Amino acid sequence: MSLIGNLFCSTVGRKFLMAVSGLILVGFVIGHLVGNLQIFSHPDKINGYAQFLHSLGPLLWVTRIGLLIAAVIHIWAAIALTRTNAQARGTQHYGVNRWIRAPFASRYMRLTGFVVLAFLAYHLAQFTLGYASSSTFKGHLPEYTMASDFHIFGFPAVEKGHAVDDVYSMVFYGFQNPVISFFYILAVGLLTIHLLHGFQSVFHSFGWYSASWAPALRAVTIIFCIGFFFGNASMPAAILSGWLKPAQGTNVAAQPRTALNQAP
Amino acid sequence: MAAGVSKNNISVTLRVWRQAGPGKPGGFVDYPAKNVNSNMSILELLDVVNDELTLKGDEPIAFAHDCREGICGTCSLMIDGKPHGPNQGVASCQTYMRSFEDGAVIVIEPFRAAPFPIVKDLVSDRSAFDRIQQAGGFITVRTGAAPDANSIPVPKADAELAMDAAACIGCGACVAACKNRSAVLFVAAKVSHLGLMPQGQPERDSRVLAMVNTADELGFGSCTNQGECSAACPKMISHDFIVRLNRDYLAASFRSAFCAHAAGGHAE
Repeated sequence: MSLIGNLFCSTVGRKFLMAVSGLILVGFVIGHLVGNLQIFSHPDKINGYAQFLHSLGPLLWVTRIGLLIAAVIHIWAAIALTRTNAQARGTQHYGVNRWIRAPFASRYMRLTGFVVLAFLAYHLAQFTLGYASSSTFKGHLPEYTMASDFHIFGFPAVEKGHAVDDVYSMVFYGFQNPVISFFYILAVGLLTIHLLHGFQSVFHSFGWYSASWAPALRAVTIIFCIGFFFGNASMPAAILSGWLKPAQGTNVAAQPRTALNQAP
Repeated sequence: MAAGVSKNNISVTLRVWRQAGPGKPGGFVDYPAKNVNSNMSILELLDVVNDELTLKGDEPIAFAHDCREGICGTCSLMIDGKPHGPNQGVASCQTYMRSFEDGAVIVIEPFRAAPFPIVKDLVSDRSAFDRIQQAGGFITVRTGAAPDANSIPVPKADAELAMDAAACIGCGACVAACKNRSAVLFVAAKVSHLGLMPQGQPERDSRVLAMVNTADELGFGSCTNQGECSAACPKMISHDFIVRLNRDYLAASFRSAFCAHAAGGHAE
């Protein structure tokens, strides 16, 4: 068989593709988290950052298509392997079913994957496409005027006085809705459990794992997962609880969500 | 571990899977066993139960067994949902009745997987493992007189690791325990045991490709890194050999694609 045949048709190859695509998606969610945490800073940061990403044009689309391909490969490999495994189990099941030592997270990869996929669809509809919660979608809010220059890695990206999408307010409006916030925290929690097994599994599937540094990998995985969960959960938690107050100069400061709902 | 002896006899109920033949419907049948010497193995208890069944004119329970000292890999009982029973690092033949409580109901089933069809009762056909071995689990050398000792130097660490992999007795407990019915621990043990030795190098790439692809063709599942196989293995083969297998398989795939004549050896 050829290389492509081995990677796409063999069980070991499909696990490799699942690991590669999973690693790309992990890289994305880390970058996404770091970008989002700017909500705790001045609105210039997250709004300028969003404007910068949109100004990338073709590069943004290359990234988006790349991520889409990674997601499709990840899901395809999961479906293909699940079907192979179901066939391998056969029709007659054991009378007694028990786990010997499989880690908790590893037993629910399909369940956590499904919930994360459903969340991803909603998340894109809400914050990227504007199909859900469209009244507070960035494209439908009055534009935000940059109070200062926005730099990325020291390079000037967006100038002071520039009118940009008010992503800051969109996120605030979104997370002030308890249902959206709780679904977000639940989905992030399940994604964290998914990564608890998935992140380590990548090293198995690549053939990089070794008993000598297994404890270190375990520690890194757990620290990463704790940081990932609390980093993501901190945003809806801070906004919903009212701990994080909207900054002046944004739509959400001028018109709170309660007033927005009562508007004709 | 099987250790210690007990002087107390116990009474248990064996709930055994009975199936007349391949593809036939099957079901559990209870066999009470009273006043059992707790130092006999579960296979010996099946012998006793079978004696009674034979005397009554009933069909004895079919189960696979051979050496009864844990080295042949023939015995293959799924005992209370774990291959080879509750203890770690032993085969069914070394699972003694002292491992069970007095009055216990012990559920005994065959190893189940689509590539391991049931032959009868507790016997499943594991010749799929032979097919995998035949695909590449050997080295191509002239047979004849044994070579001189140490004529091929082998680093001590490699020899030890290869020996750990070679401990695999091919019983199929890894497949039976895996929820995906993956044979990957068996394949990993065979590939690693030869791949770690100098004699195994010429066919290293073709071996791993052929053995993995054969296991796939036979209908075994994929690894999800849960470690159930290693936990059930009577020889406690490490899960780390699967990582070595993945590395070897991927490296061989890339080498065979980009380096001419990389994968010599076995015909594919």
